[in-house]
Amino acid sequence: MEFMRTILALPAGASTFADRVDGLHIFVITVTMIMSTLVFVAAAWFTIHYHRKRDDQLTKRLSASAFREGGIIGGILVLFVTWWLIGYRQYIEIMEPPPDAEVVYVDAKQWMWKFAYADGRSSNDTLTVPVGRPVKLVMTSRDVIHSFFVPEFRVKHDVLPGRYVTLWFQATKPGVYPIWCAEYCGVSHSLMRGQVRVLTAAEYEQWKSAGSDVILEADCGTGPGSCGGADLAEIGRAVAERRQCLACHTLDGQPHIGPTWSRLFGSTRELADGRRVVADEAYLTRSMMEPNVDLVAGYRDVMPVYQGVLQPAEAAAIVELIRSLRDGQPPSGVSLPKLEIEAVLDGGTSP
Amino acid sequence: MTTATHHEPAAIGHEAPHLEHFEDLEKQAHASRLGMWIFLATEVLLFGGAFALFASYQVVFPEAFRYSIHHNAKLLGSLNTGVLLVSSIFVAAAVHALRGGRSKLAAWLVTATMALGFAFLGIKSIEYSRHFAEGIFPGGVGSFFQEHRGPGFPEFWTLYYGMTGLHAIHVTIGIGVLAFLLAGIVRGKLTHVNSHRLDIGAIYWHLVDVIWIFLWPLFYLA
Amino acid sequence: MTTLAPTVPSPRDALPKAAQPTYLNVETTLRSWLLTTDHKRIGILYLVSIVVFFALGGVFALAIRLEHLTPNPTLMDAMTYNRMFTLHGVVMVWLFLIPSIPAVFGNFVLPIMLGAKDVAFPRLNLASWYIFMAGSIIVLVSTISSGIDTGWTFYPPYSSYSNTAVPTALFGVFIIGFSTIITGVNFIVTTHTMRKSGLRWLQMPLLVWALYGTSIIQVLATPVLGMVLLLVMLDNGLGWGFFNPATGGDPVLFQHLFWFYSHPAVYIMILPSMGVVSEVVTTFSRKNPFSYKAIAYSSLGIAFVGFLTWGHHMFVSGMSKFDAGAFGILSMLVAIFSAIKVFNWTWTLKGGAVSLKTPLLYVFAFLFLFVFGGMTGVAVAATSLDVHWHDTYFVVAHFHFIMVGGALTGFLAALHYWFPKMTGKMYSERLGLLSAALVFAGFFATFFPQFLLGNAGMPRRYFNYPPQFQVLHLVSTSGSWILAAGLIIAAIVLLYALKWGHPVGPNPWGSRSFEWRTDSPPPKHNFHREPNFDVGTYDYTQPLLGKYDDPRPLPPLPQDVA
Ligand code: HEA
Ligand code: HEA
Ligand code: HEC
Ligand code: CUA
Ligand SMILES: [Cu+2]
Repeated sequence: MEFMRTILALPAGASTFADRVDGLHIFVITVTMIMSTLVFVAAAWFTIHYHRKRDDQLTKRLSASAFREGGIIGGILVLFVTWWLIGYRQYIEIMEPPPDAEVVYVDAKQWMWKFAYADGRSSNDTLTVPVGRPVKLVMTSRDVIHSFFVPEFRVKHDVLPGRYVTLWFQATKPGVYPIWCAEYCGVSHSLMRGQVRVLTAAEYEQWKSAGSDVILEADCGTGPGSCGGADLAEIGRAVAERRQCLACHTLDGQPHIGPTWSRLFGSTRELADGRRVVADEAYLTRSMMEPNVDLVAGYRDVMPVYQGVLQPAEAAAIVELIRSLRDGQPPSGVSLPKLEIEAVLDGGTSP
Repeated sequence: MTTATHHEPAAIGHEAPHLEHFEDLEKQAHASRLGMWIFLATEVLLFGGAFALFASYQVVFPEAFRYSIHHNAKLLGSLNTGVLLVSSIFVAAAVHALRGGRSKLAAWLVTATMALGFAFLGIKSIEYSRHFAEGIFPGGVGSFFQEHRGPGFPEFWTLYYGMTGLHAIHVTIGIGVLAFLLAGIVRGKLTHVNSHRLDIGAIYWHLVDVIWIFLWPLFYLA
Repeated sequence: MTTLAPTVPSPRDALPKAAQPTYLNVETTLRSWLLTTDHKRIGILYLVSIVVFFALGGVFALAIRLEHLTPNPTLMDAMTYNRMFTLHGVVMVWLFLIPSIPAVFGNFVLPIMLGAKDVAFPRLNLASWYIFMAGSIIVLVSTISSGIDTGWTFYPPYSSYSNTAVPTALFGVFIIGFSTIITGVNFIVTTHTMRKSGLRWLQMPLLVWALYGTSIIQVLATPVLGMVLLLVMLDNGLGWGFFNPATGGDPVLFQHLFWFYSHPAVYIMILPSMGVVSEVVTTFSRKNPFSYKAIAYSSLGIAFVGFLTWGHHMFVSGMSKFDAGAFGILSMLVAIFSAIKVFNWTWTLKGGAVSLKTPLLYVFAFLFLFVFGGMTGVAVAATSLDVHWHDTYFVVAHFHFIMVGGALTGFLAALHYWFPKMTGKMYSERLGLLSAALVFAGFFATFFPQFLLGNAGMPRRYFNYPPQFQVLHLVSTSGSWILAAGLIIAAIVLLYALKWGHPVGPNPWGSRSFEWRTDSPPPKHNFHREPNFDVGTYDYTQPLLGKYDDPRPLPPLPQDVA
């Protein structure tokens, strides 16, 4: 494997997918080289062997037997389908984050990467993750399409404006790996580089407690519950209060104008149009930005659109708050404003 | 070379010789008809792309689309459907008349078709001016979009102007083609001998009609 | 067909050589060229224009390669670089490769192969050239005004914001689309209605099948491209924001529509080359194709299944897992048709009487490079591998292997193969072989390292790059100069032959294909008299002599004597 990697100029694998993806890679490329050489050699051999002897030479009609033709087609088809089967299984694995992954919010913009962690820190261009634990990135872009690419992990995903996409990996070796932006995004596309810092468990804990990175620069107000603490969920609660989310949502399980946030995370939501979706980070973020897209069954389309209002870091904080409520313990000390639905509808936003 | 270089359209006289590179007139008529049909396939795909866009956005913004469709004047749209349907019947009758050698009748029928085409454009421009008055412009510009915020509205109206506008351009071209053919009939150059040319014009006109039949439910009937 | 060989002496016996009217000298004024409706002259008009565009695209490519000689900026700044690769892609794809073989050689030989005097709509055919030129000039004007920097894929929302000449360039491409459609309609109708009576579908040369498949794609896919380009134009020009998420638009929708055209478009680029390969392989091995039907029908298979695989460009754009799987397996299916062709071409050589002339050498290069490029296409279609390779130099290498190693090589093979037919002159075989070998070697050195770069993770459209990639870039840049040298030698050899080449008879290669049964260069209406197609287009079991325009065996060419 390492030998083939060197020949193929593949960087060392540093994620759980790398070895298997490279296995398929080597299989496919070896067959490719053999096949193209064989075709070439066959052509050359026929050319020499059946070289034209006289200028007016004639030839006999020769035709493929349907049997042989079919056999070859069948053989290639089997080969191709095998590759596809292996590849597609790996693809599904790469595209499906495990439920227990640690979440980092990624906000891409021309030409930098911003990372916001669950504990409230954030950083630019350097992503710090622990080794041996799955990490899930919830990514969006502020301007044009970018693409998050770490060659050593063999992962890549486009980062789209107006959408929340996820990507996950589990690093297997501590080290520092480059992040490239792989989708053309303007003049400095080639400078939109970053790095993933994979720390050992011990180093990671130390890093976490050191709190040396930049603090979340979201405007989190000055009132009670402002972001003095390092807990992203705490910040989320402050944001939710300031942004009036709690006018319609409760944290303690009571349905209000909107569904409660308690035990929401990870549950399966029934939507008004009959679809069922799992309330993951991407869904929750979309529900804030474009609430009219995935209407929850039984509720009216009254929630305001927060696209352009909520800062990405604030959205990340709220999602973290909702995550912290996944087991349903209502946090104490939160007042539940009792608004009448009618009152809200007066300033209604739906057409 | 030989004398028969009939590359000009003037070659369509009473004896209607075929163009030099065809073996006979029948092959030439076959070629032009086939050419027209293939051209129609490209038209269908051109609008097909737009229909695909419409469908995708409708799935994403069902509310905005439903509301906007209601906002459209159902009466004017349906009236236009009728206008085009009748015009299609006229042009088909014109082909029939010309084949039977009744050039005069054919000329009148083509004229009627064109008149209905103009009527269609007239009704369409009434609709457009109403929308402009309401502050609806393509690309989500105008006061309407201040009152109806939220995604989906600009998409609907941009598609509305884009698709009906493209269709109106086709109607205009169709009228031009018919005018050209009408001139041929009046001057006696287009007769039952080479009536396949009117055929081709008629096929195009039917296409314009059919496209509208698809646009109509999209933009007027919810 | 029952009539036997005509016994009247052919016109060339009666006329002294110089006086024979050919399509070239029947009229010689500039006006007669610019207003011609002769399909052969239109082919020549296209040839001259696209060779100029190719050279232009090639110069951009050399500039790109030179910039990559070092990791840091040398020749140009980032903005210039971005314009450079965009223009390189746009020029190569729309101004060169899409029109190339169909508009040049298709125009020239398709009617002759069918025994027709011209295409079905000669005036439209001329119009298509003018439309093509108008569109191309608009594209080039946009380069002079401020360039475009979006990549040839014009992805919004970047293309909606970019304040370069996006609308102008898109408008140019939009116009060119009409010329593509017209050519497609013309070829389909010609194939259906202009065949010499008695020539059945399964007796047509394989190039005709390939062009037929190509035309179907041109006619069905181009309008959709026109539609989306128009919308992006309005997005950028008028700020409509149709694909811009800021106003609720969906940029991924654009990608779907773009690739719905552009994936089938890659088969517009390769199918004609495949047709050329079928002609060249049979001619130079003097043998019937190993399986005519398989090659013919697989052209149609590619044309239709090719419409179902566009999503393989979007595996990491955020499509559903189900879609990704479906597009993956469909891509594998379409690859089967290419595989069928490759095996049939190779086995055609078996039992033949093979003579390795320049066109055949190009075809061998095609076989090797196309299989390599095609198989790497299958590799990227295996979804999980694409996650690593997408938008890296691996993809750049994949498509250059097919588009340069396959399509361009096929174009060069065609150019050398039909050169005697078009001009009545023969080029130097030795120098031809040399240039073909140089093109092959230079190509391989340029693009093979790019596979490795892609594996190593080098993303495409990068103006500068980290130093660890420099060695491979160095090899690639050196290769590009060998490639350029090969191409320039080929150009000189052909230009020289145009003036001083050895005159040839109707059929210097001893081919059975129909276009070789008339004079070289052919007369204005292709045949002096009713063409005789008694001997099939791939029937090498009987001699051809004595049955056609020129009953005499040809004097051997000087360089063939050895
Ligand atoms: C002429 C042009 C051309 C052609 C013919 C093809 C042909 C194919 N292409 Fe390619 N492709 C491009 C031009 C072309 N491509 C371009 C320009 C891009 C990049 C666009 C951009 O982003 O800018 C691209 C990108 C591209 C991608 C996206 C990569 C990415 O961006 O992530 C994919 C993914 O599936 C792909 C797949 C294929 C496949 C499966 C084929 C198949 O049709 C290939 C079939 C051929 C063979 C398979 C060879 C013959 C087979 C044999 C002889 C059998 C061998 C025997 C055994 C295995 C036993 N192509
Ligand atoms: C038909 C298609 C085609 C062809 C033929 C080529 C040909 C070449 N391409 Fe091209 N390339 C593309 C299509 C093509 N390319 C596309 C679609 C892209 C993607 C663009 C994008 O990202 O948007 C691309 C991108 C691309 C890149 C990646 C840029 C990047 O991502 O940053 C590179 C880098 O090496 C490259 C190199 C080359 C080279 C060295 C050649 C060489 O083969 C060129 C050889 C030609 C010459 C050297 C010219 C020789 C002739 C003369 C000098 C004049 C002779 C005079 C007379 C004949 C009169 N190309
Ligand atoms: C005017 C009342 C109102 C306000 C204010 C409001 N919401 Fe909502 N919200 C709703 C309603 C009603 C629904 C259910 C219908 C829907 O899905 O749109 C909802 C649904 C949601 C959901 C999806 C929940 C589920 O059960 O799937 C999320 C997440 C959410 N809101 C977050 C927020 C956030 C964050 C804020 C503040 C920044 C906020 N909401 C402010 C009314 C409101
Ligand atoms: Cu961001 Cu490229
Ligand atoms: Cu493709």
